[in-house]
Amino acid sequence: MRLLVDLQVPRAGFDVQAKFQVRSGSTLAIMGPSGAGKSTIVNAIAGTEKIAGGRIELDGTILADARRHLAPHLRGVGLLGQAPHLFPHLDAVKNIAFGAHASGLGKTAALASAHEWLARLGLEELAAARPAALSGGQRQRIALARALAARPKLLLIDEPFASLDVEAAMDMRALVREELTRTNTSAIVISHSAADTLALADQLLVMERGQIIDSGSVSEVFANPVNRFMRAVVATLPANPPGEQR
Amino acid sequence: MGLRRAMASDTGLRVPAFTLAPAVLGVALLILPLLALLGRASWSTLLADATSEQALSALWLSVRTGVAATALCVVLGVPLALVIARSSPKIAQLLRALIAVPLVLPPMVGGVALLFLFGRTSPIGQLIDSLWGITLPFSTAAVVIAQSFVALPFLVLSVEGSLRSVGTGYEQAAATLGAGRWMVLTRITLPLAAPGLVAGVILCFARAIGEFGATALFAGNAPGVTQTMPLAIYTAFNGAGAGRDTAVALSLLLLGTAVLVLLCVRAWRPGAIK
Repeated sequence: MRLLVDLQVPRAGFDVQAKFQVRSGSTLAIMGPSGAGKSTIVNAIAGTEKIAGGRIELDGTILADARRHLAPHLRGVGLLGQAPHLFPHLDAVKNIAFGAHASGLGKTAALASAHEWLARLGLEELAAARPAALSGGQRQRIALARALAARPKLLLIDEPFASLDVEAAMDMRALVREELTRTNTSAIVISHSAADTLALADQLLVMERGQIIDSGSVSEVFANPVNRFMRAVVATLPANPPGEQR
Repeated sequence: MGLRRAMASDTGLRVPAFTLAPAVLGVALLILPLLALLGRASWSTLLADATSEQALSALWLSVRTGVAATALCVVLGVPLALVIARSSPKIAQLLRALIAVPLVLPPMVGGVALLFLFGRTSPIGQLIDSLWGITLPFSTAAVVIAQSFVALPFLVLSVEGSLRSVGTGYEQAAATLGAGRWMVLTRITLPLAAPGLVAGVILCFARAIGEFGATALFAGNAPGVTQTMPLAIYTAFNGAGAGRDTAVALSLLLLGTAVLVLLCVRAWRPGAIK
């Protein structure tokens, strides 16, 4: 997997411009204040937003440029968003099976894969539960299983921990880390939290008003906070953050 | 559920007392006429009147044309609702306004308009005649067209409202899992819009079997061919061939059919989706 991004998306006030790449098996974090253009980048890669210029390329396939726009379902890019968007008319196991089936598995194999996912997450007893009966943390776990059951080349993670309580967020973060490693899935993660970034990412981009203003390894970027926002982010870390021990 | 909610409101906010009188009058306006109808029925001859050949023929025609019109409305209306729900706000507003026209138009006017569009002397009427040798007006097909004309907006607006309230989040989630447009439509969009579709089908069928004005002008009043229940009631009430007792019996038959449809669909209705 190799993702090359060089995009321009016009927005009210300013254009979002970004150029970066994500290498196989690595996770890139994007941080920045609200409205900096982080979600615009994620949406452009997922295909739910068009780009005005530049190019997004995944493993040699052009996902989008100024003229072309590959439909989201053909991109092999998964999305785990702030809202889990579990299908309310399907139970937990069918939600996961939907991801496996939509990405090409036969129905029986998709259902078997979904049951395996539930077993691994220790949620087998919830197989027949509809999303309305699940807690926020359980919903996000099912959403993660559903996204990874579709075997994406790249998983976009847009603040899926923001709506969870502290403990559930911690568990979810560890689970995402574990599953990304186990499935060798590359990812881009958007978060306001230094803890998320430290736990999940190798590389970090800092954005402000649509521009990348700093980039590098997480420890480098955290060691020299580029602006007030990053200083505030780093200040939330314990006195001796793991990032500085490297 | 309405009663439980009204009782629950005792513990919370109450509506001002002066709204109670108009509310009671409103219920009276809706229910008293139906009670008057029941009171006027001559129960001894009711069964004979309601099962007379004319009544059963009209009922059978109403059910057939009502089902056909509802099916036509679903086939045309669900795609139309999808297009509106996913259009830009300007186009959606325009389409919604166009669809609302038959809602506010007196059905008689609709009947006249349909006659001018499909009449034997109109270009479309001549084309249909030359192609298939069919004259639409005053046929059973004309009844279905007239019913669809007045009933389609109910279905479209109901389904479209349901689609809009569901939003596009689930569809986007399905697409990022690799589901193509057809799979998204059949497995996600339509199941999520099911409550609106069920409501739309009820409204549509009820409006279709109650249709009078457009049918009378465009399809006429031929027993067994275009004389649906409402036209049979009108005919009977005016004393042509049958008495008022027959009209009352037919009215009760139509009322019973409507209630039955409502009960059947409610029993079948899937649990509301949150």
